[in-house]
Amino acid sequence: MQIYLPIADLPVNIFLVLGMGLAVGFISGMFGIGGGFLMTPLLIFIGISPAVAVASVASHIAASSFTGAINYWRKRALDVALAMMLLSAGIVGTAVGVWLFTKLRELDQLDLVIGLSYVTLLSLVGGMMIYESVQAEMRARKGMPATLRRPGSHTWVHKLPFKLRFKRSKIYVSAIPVWGIGFIIGFVGAIMGIGGGFLLVPMLIYFLRVPTATVIGTSMVLTLITMASATVMHAATNHLVDAVLALILMVGGVIGAQFGVRTGQKMRGERLRLLLGLLVFAVGLRFAYELVVKPDDLFSLRQVRNV
Amino acid sequence: MRWLAPTLAIVAMAGGMTPAAAERLVVSLSNHRVAVTSSFTGEDLVPNSTIEPDAGKTAQRAYDLVVTVTGPRETLRTRRKERVLGIWVNVDSREFVRVPSYLTILSNRPVTEIASPEVLRRLQVGLDNYLLPQRIGPDVADTVRDDPFRVAFVRLKIQQNLYRESGAAVTFLTPTVFRAAIPLPANVPTGGYAIDVKLFANGAMIAGTPTALEVIKTGIEQYAAEAAVNYGLLYGLAVAMMALFIGWFGSVIFRRD
Repeated sequence: MQIYLPIADLPVNIFLVLGMGLAVGFISGMFGIGGGFLMTPLLIFIGISPAVAVASVASHIAASSFTGAINYWRKRALDVALAMMLLSAGIVGTAVGVWLFTKLRELDQLDLVIGLSYVTLLSLVGGMMIYESVQAEMRARKGMPATLRRPGSHTWVHKLPFKLRFKRSKIYVSAIPVWGIGFIIGFVGAIMGIGGGFLLVPMLIYFLRVPTATVIGTSMVLTLITMASATVMHAATNHLVDAVLALILMVGGVIGAQFGVRTGQKMRGERLRLLLGLLVFAVGLRFAYELVVKPDDLFSLRQVRNV
Repeated sequence: MRWLAPTLAIVAMAGGMTPAAAERLVVSLSNHRVAVTSSFTGEDLVPNSTIEPDAGKTAQRAYDLVVTVTGPRETLRTRRKERVLGIWVNVDSREFVRVPSYLTILSNRPVTEIASPEVLRRLQVGLDNYLLPQRIGPDVADTVRDDPFRVAFVRLKIQQNLYRESGAAVTFLTPTVFRAAIPLPANVPTGGYAIDVKLFANGAMIAGTPTALEVIKTGIEQYAAEAAVNYGLLYGLAVAMMALFIGWFGSVIFRRD
């Protein structure tokens, strides 16, 4: 059944998009991530312009992270104070990201920057995850305990001023790295159409030493609010949010996530991280391929305005 | 393919109104409004035309008919990629100012066979002869036909099914009755369309009549598209609320504890 997407200006098969929502939802539930880094490229692949894909996926991630956040809230597994602190910088990052997004679109370089950001970020993060999980796997083979690496409990991060205490996470850290991380996630999310969960979780663990008990829930609250505000900002400035597309993705995503969570719980942590790492890396490579290989058509069109 | 209900009837009537112009084209449209619904996947608008031979002449003339349909104007940028440091980057672009978003030229035989290049250029008949002004520095002017940006622009528009030139789309049912199908793709832009029908005989235009058509989109999708542009902030807030609602709903119906 064909359905017309009003903003993307494209007819698509409703079951194809719903299926993509389900598949990405499944993966996001399995790994506890938003799945924007998969959804945005998939939408670009079926012919939706990168700008519309980025803006519409933001609302899809807002929906799936709200479901997640509610579940973690019920389990008391999120740190509201830390989330709010991250958020104060996250909103600023999102606003700067949306502003840059608009500028880049005017300069006809948006697609390039989206592509380059995906290549850089995904291959780096994916590579690190693969390395990390392979090492953990090897340690486990040798019979060593597969503990989460928490080297030297004090680094330069802990010497920074403006220290704050976050009771639920039982950490005492400077506000500077908290704001820095919040800003980066908000910024990257607005430019790339990703919630940034796969970036935020490792950052919170390695830089701020947030315990695993609260890290995913806290990350979801941040993702939820940055993505909801990115939706509003993208809609208000660029008019690129496709509500019909977003609705189908949300419905598919929310359903898929439920099944993903069950599958994820049956798998070992290292195995799960290796799979996610491979997935992230593969998406990065796909974007690199796109940038390097000569395009089928060197020319492209962009509407400047209706007259 | 389904035929769209409102058909365009092009009737070229035998004259006698004025001695100089024997033939006169009377174009009547049964419906000036085409409503595109959400399940729209492209349709054809079918015009029929009848030409009755001039009463004052005994020999029947061989007619040629050219139908030019232009959609609402828009300004587009055509961008060209080049390899920079190993990756493909948009390096150059041209702005096409107030060009038709939709342009279809239908005729009973290739336009180059209907009239001389000079006539075609003067009347802007055919994709090669239609004015597509580009912004070049401070000026706005059409370029030569083989300008790479113009060629690419037309090619991309044809790929999107928005531009088309067909020398076999107008068919004679009898020597004086024509039938033509104006294709309307799913991505047809909404707004006012101009339909220009030109009747040629012996390489010269003998009659021409303009008419108009309005393409509107109906349904929830169009409502969303209009809201997105006119009320960006409210629209964004509504989408965000929708996201929260669906997220909450998902957590309620799938609650496991």
